[in-house]
Amino acid sequence: MTTAPPVEIPQDLKTIHQSIDRRVLQERIFIGLGLLSIVIALFALIALVSDLLLRGLPMLNWRFITSPPSSTAEEAGVLIAWVGSLLVMLVTAIVAIPVGVAAGIYLEEYAAKNWFTDFIEINISNLAGVPSIIYGLLALGFFVYVLNLGESVATAGLTLGLLILPIVIVTTRESLRAIPSTIREAAFAVGASKWQMISDHVLPYSMGGILTGIIVGISRAIGETAPLITIGALTFITFLPDSPFKSEFPFISFEWLKAPFTVLPIQMFNWVSRPQEEFQINAAAAGIILLVLTLGVNGLAIYLRYRFRKGIKW
Amino acid sequence: MTDLTRLPSQSTQIPLKFPSRTARIWRERIIAGILFLAAFSSVATTLAIIYILLSETATFFQLVAQDHNSTIGAALVEFFTTTEWSPLIEPKTFGVLSLLSGTLVTCLVGLAVAVPLGTIMAIYLSDFAPGRVREFLKPILELLAGIPTVVYGYFALLLISPTLQKLILSVQMFLWPGKEEYDYFLLPGFNMLSAGIAIGIMIIPYISSLAEDAMRAVPVYLREGSFAMGATRLQTAIGVVLPAAFSGIVAAYILAISRAVGETMIVAVAAGLQPIFTFNPLEGAATTTAFIVSVSLGDLPHGSLEYQSIFAAGIMLFFVTLIFNILGYFLSRRFREVY
Repeated sequence: MTTAPPVEIPQDLKTIHQSIDRRVLQERIFIGLGLLSIVIALFALIALVSDLLLRGLPMLNWRFITSPPSSTAEEAGVLIAWVGSLLVMLVTAIVAIPVGVAAGIYLEEYAAKNWFTDFIEINISNLAGVPSIIYGLLALGFFVYVLNLGESVATAGLTLGLLILPIVIVTTRESLRAIPSTIREAAFAVGASKWQMISDHVLPYSMGGILTGIIVGISRAIGETAPLITIGALTFITFLPDSPFKSEFPFISFEWLKAPFTVLPIQMFNWVSRPQEEFQINAAAAGIILLVLTLGVNGLAIYLRYRFRKGIKW
Repeated sequence: MTDLTRLPSQSTQIPLKFPSRTARIWRERIIAGILFLAAFSSVATTLAIIYILLSETATFFQLVAQDHNSTIGAALVEFFTTTEWSPLIEPKTFGVLSLLSGTLVTCLVGLAVAVPLGTIMAIYLSDFAPGRVREFLKPILELLAGIPTVVYGYFALLLISPTLQKLILSVQMFLWPGKEEYDYFLLPGFNMLSAGIAIGIMIIPYISSLAEDAMRAVPVYLREGSFAMGATRLQTAIGVVLPAAFSGIVAAYILAISRAVGETMIVAVAAGLQPIFTFNPLEGAATTTAFIVSVSLGDLPHGSLEYQSIFAAGIMLFFVTLIFNILGYFLSRRFREVY
């Protein structure tokens, strides 16, 4: 029983109506505030995109995409940058996909519910929140100097692979969790072993979700700048890394892994930091390409997730 | 005696032999081991980060003590308590408070933008907006979080800064007309205000998404009880839902703070790379993260004093974000368990 003093509840209609009117007014004001805040956020988004387009679109042409950078703004291009981004993403995917999916499978299907599993989960959750530049410092101290991989595409791929590992692990776990236990139990019932059950019955159904997670991770990695600057990606480089495909035997080379490189966001950073206005136009054009890549890849992931979810009826 | 190795219906025709299970058992064990190693990689990564940061920072403090001709203890005291950070100009001083002030100011500006906007948005989306509007707006807000941070840096330097410069100049001309343009206060091109605003815009989706999820997790019967008493939607949202989802909302704030503290490119581009100790957002100053970038851009040799300082800055950053992340993790676990 509460011991609050009895409250005088006004019984006359006028006070009640006044109270209701006042509260409805407050609610309407708040709805206005809510819509205003959404409009402000949308306005910021639109202002950013339109400024990029207005400033950079005139610069965006075939020459821009296929030329290396130069000290004259009109001749500079993003060729080295996007080739570098592509190669680094390749290594990132090769690192992050097997390790991330395997870790997700272990945590979801094999791990016992003890303190050690909790410890691994806390670790993953913490790594997801570590600022990206710390990964750069880790890579600098460990990959560049201890493992002696140098300031190369390989180091960059390993760094970004570690960076997006938590994303891949979490999405793998969620897609595995979405599969009903009846599928697993049915597989056990006909005599499958644990790995047979996972690889033949659970993984195929969860592939859609896992793929989505990988693509979201890649889209995050495309835009990462700070860790790559820290490991020594160059901001001005005029030659491409060695091509992976050669015309003589054995037709595939791995020299490009050790090559110096740059990536698209670093190129944009380099141009933005220059005081001349012509370079800012270049930066805007590079920004458009970067935005299209990131948001396009993100959109692809959302579309794939939608498609996969439609197909499966439990 | 019935023969149990044969099926009842085919007892004289098909012998039922089971293959040896040893190969299968070993295959399963090896696969489980490989998968465990993959999961352990996360622990290995954290250990590697801590090891690298600690060992390189130890080298840093040794070098500082050498340079100052004093002890490591004195170097530590200087690091944590002095406010000047000049690694290149004699006398070399390393006071991390200078870098932390830059981080603090940009984060505060960012939070001042993002917390009100994000919270109001979250309340509106969870309790007022019709379902279709919510489904339409959430992905668009996620877009804000997906934009690469260099692009936000571009935005801050080339759009927000000039606009603020013109705004501040026109306000001054309106309030105190008649002076020459150079007599007014001119906002410098690199300032923490524009960088902070860009950071704020970037972290709005973190707050609005997570806070809205927390508020939607509040059971419907709590809301219905409030409506039954005659409360409006606003009164329910602020008086019932907000307190119930409080730990989830605070977790959202903490994760947003952690994100803002770790932000690098926006401040490197728009707030400048000068490590000065100031609390004035109208000036430009380097944050902890921007400092690391500025050293990495140069060509200081590995092992030199100035170079090792980035690891000292990095370890500060790591511990600050670690504390915020752990706080946020436990708070969000708490709000999920209550229901």
